[in-house]
Amino acid sequence: MSVHALRKSASSSFVFVGIGLPIEASAPAYQSHGTEGSHLTNITNTKKAFPVLAVNYEHVRKPFEIALWILLALLMKLGFHLIPRLSAVVPESCLLIVVGLLVGGLIKVIGEEPPVLDSQLFFLCLLPPIILDAGYFLPIRPFTENVGTILVFAVIGTLWNAFFMGGLLYALCQIESVGLSGVDLLACLLFGSIVSAVDPVAVLAVFEEIHINELVHILVFGESLLNDAVTVVLYNLFEEFSKVGTVTVLDVFLGVVCFFVVSLGGVLVGAIYGFLAAFTSRFTSHTRVIEPLFVFLYSYMAYLSSEMFHLSGIMALIACGVVMRPYVEANISHKSYTTIKYFLKMWSSVSETLIFIFLGVSTVAGPHAWNWTFVITTVILCLVSRVLGVIGLTFIINKFRIVKLTKKDQFIVAYGGLRGAIAFSLGYLLSNSHQMRNLFLTAIITVIFFTVFVQGMTIRPLVELLAVKKKKESKPSINEEIHTEFLDHLLTGVEGVCGHYGHYHWKEKLNRFNKTYVKRWLIAGENFKEPELIAFYRKMELKQAIMMVESGQLPSVLPSTISMQNIQPRAIPRVSKKREEEIRRILRANLQNNKQKMRSRSYSRHTLFDADEEDDVSEVRLRKTKMEMERRMSHYLTVPANRESPRPGVRRVRFESDNQVFSADSFPTVHFEQPSPPSTPDAVSLEEEVPKRPSLKADIEGPRGNASDNHQGELDYQRLARCLSDPGPNKDKEDDDPFMSC
Amino acid sequence: MGSRASTLLREEEIEEIKKETGFSHSQITRLYSRFTSLDKGENGTLSREDFQRIPELAINPLGDRIINAFFPEGEDQVNFRGFMRTLAHFRPIEDNEKNKDPIASEPLNSRSNKLLFAFRLYDLDRDDKISRDELLQVLRMMVGVNISDEQLGSIADRTIQEADQNGDNSISFNEFIKVGNVYILYIDIDIDI
Repeated sequence: MSVHALRKSASSSFVFVGIGLPIEASAPAYQSHGTEGSHLTNITNTKKAFPVLAVNYEHVRKPFEIALWILLALLMKLGFHLIPRLSAVVPESCLLIVVGLLVGGLIKVIGEEPPVLDSQLFFLCLLPPIILDAGYFLPIRPFTENVGTILVFAVIGTLWNAFFMGGLLYALCQIESVGLSGVDLLACLLFGSIVSAVDPVAVLAVFEEIHINELVHILVFGESLLNDAVTVVLYNLFEEFSKVGTVTVLDVFLGVVCFFVVSLGGVLVGAIYGFLAAFTSRFTSHTRVIEPLFVFLYSYMAYLSSEMFHLSGIMALIACGVVMRPYVEANISHKSYTTIKYFLKMWSSVSETLIFIFLGVSTVAGPHAWNWTFVITTVILCLVSRVLGVIGLTFIINKFRIVKLTKKDQFIVAYGGLRGAIAFSLGYLLSNSHQMRNLFLTAIITVIFFTVFVQGMTIRPLVELLAVKKKKESKPSINEEIHTEFLDHLLTGVEGVCGHYGHYHWKEKLNRFNKTYVKRWLIAGENFKEPELIAFYRKMELKQAIMMVESGQLPSVLPSTISMQNIQPRAIPRVSKKREEEIRRILRANLQNNKQKMRSRSYSRHTLFDADEEDDVSEVRLRKTKMEMERRMSHYLTVPANRESPRPGVRRVRFESDNQVFSADSFPTVHFEQPSPPSTPDAVSLEEEVPKRPSLKADIEGPRGNASDNHQGELDYQRLARCLSDPGPNKDKEDDDPFMSC
Repeated sequence: MGSRASTLLREEEIEEIKKETGFSHSQITRLYSRFTSLDKGENGTLSREDFQRIPELAINPLGDRIINAFFPEGEDQVNFRGFMRTLAHFRPIEDNEKNKDPIASEPLNSRSNKLLFAFRLYDLDRDDKISRDELLQVLRMMVGVNISDEQLGSIADRTIQEADQNGDNSISFNEFIKVGNVYILYIDIDIDI
């Protein structure tokens, strides 16, 4: 607490004794004049007892309240998951809104003014983390394959919704009996444009619980992200026009131009910041600790910069995340990657919770003007226009798609068009000069409640009822990766044969451009030459290696000359029959668990690891205790080192890389009925983390390495082990392998 | 060349190709003009050199394999019928074909035929298994020359280990299309011709 700040505080006066304890209570007593003399005079005038304990709430009020709100939000979240049946039936967003209503009601009962969801706070603090989380982890492949469809839904669908609703509501207002004849067309169109946009926050919140198949998920989600440009343009357009009152053709034309500027400009700004972030990450090998901060800050700057120019901030954020991800992940350490993932999920989770709670509170607080006809019509029109829009657009789109959208897909896309907090905030931003502001706000809130509660709650049983295809679960496997790449090449080639410049052709061109020009500037060291397949394989192996080390399957202290392959055949026969049975039983149970959980498992924003990784980790811990003994036994029984002796206290992990020539039948096999990768202690063959040494091939035949090779190997493996075993940031000197993310 | 193209392709031929492959009239004529533009020797058949002149195939890692797929066993020339027969594998599956009479012979572009086509690109010796060597060859073609043999070997081993379920250290067709009971080939092997 700085002394100067205290002195300047007008509401309190302080007299300092020695170490600077504030003595006076917060009630303003007298001003301090800063001279010793007057202090003394003041003190002698009114001498109070020396208060040992004093309360100064004003001092900490703002941060305290903020922290209290966040804590409340998180405790609510915690509470929901403790009640078993509740979270299965009601989506979390609904529960949070209800909590918000309760809290708002409570505050009102107390007599205080409940805080409303401040638009500034919403757009600048609460929304960016959610969008960044979504954009950074956007599944690129399905997105780019469907980008045409997504754009059609986002742009044309939103336009259709806005005009349809605005027009019909204006027609409604013309009817005398409604009593709203003062509402002109532009105001209605403005309202239509606010309420027509599908909201990414609401969609994310609901869709991640139903695990729909990837196509529908990316369609609705992509649409909710990309329609931001349309919303921004329409909103600004109608806001301007309704002040002026008339619209000319030139204005409409400028509006169209504005749309392109807003959307493309937003993407451009995002891409620029993305490249900056990628370029910066190239040089962070010596300061690993601040790597995540670069990612966050560049993205936030992209958002703020585009908001500054009235461009689409959401598209900027998405573009930034998408552009920077492949390069940044090639450059940063594993821990940084985990940090980024963890923080993004944490922030977006908190944001989402706060948004929904504040929605509830704002409902209680906000000024309301209720008009039955208007509100009910709005809700009905929302549904109708959405359904009509989706059906109409799908009819047109299916003519151009290879994989057509089925009726079930269309239904989910239409039903999943939820409205949320963005609509509310935009409505709140309306200046008070709009005489219909309160009415609009009430209608918006009603629509939001309807979509989130009714549609949000019923979508899950409907998905079950209609037997819509769910998300297929599959662990990342090298097979899939190879075959995907193989098919990409095949289809590109066949397109070339046909002379047809389609999807694969352009993708191939982009890849080639990326490989020859872009990667060498943005990826640190020699890694830019690495083919994607190799990178993928390496990440996979590393991931598994980490798990195996933690499980104790790989002995952590080893004579350096013993290869993995030697260990395993010796270790396995030592496992008694009974133990083997136990292990087999456990693994079988684990696999069954995995299969059962498959339906409920998918990429969830609230889990850090995939659920099956968590299973593996806990499974692995179980096996750890069992293998502990085996490890000790094998340690004593294996061939002792003829060179270095194991240094105590240093965890060394040795991986056999190229010294061993494998033939297929020399694989150590443990015959489980259902093999799953962690169970079979296959020989993990790990490539060197450091830039490739030319002497890798030197030791193919001979005894396991000569001294210099071993020493270098030891250093490398020490580094690797430290990276795996890892403590804190000050040891980061060793942690500078460009560890790729998983 | 345009007028020559249409006179060389007779209506009956178009009908036959249509029935065999399912392509539409316009698609067939379009592909025929492509065929003739590739056919530099103007003898109604394509040789391997004609394919190798296509720039996209020249830079494609799998270029040679794709070219080979067009040529039937042991032959060096492919006529238009054969050309279309191979390309038919890539035609998108249409909705109205899904309810076809199951007794009729399976169309060339059925899902399993597509996957079989892809499988045969790996399995050169046609023994219905992808052995480690065949896998290695494909991997080598895809990753280029900078990666060491041992590295590729370990990737191949890992791949086989993941997919192999009957323990014969090679990948059969059934193992090819799924790993551990989960179908992995989600890409539709379709081209919009």
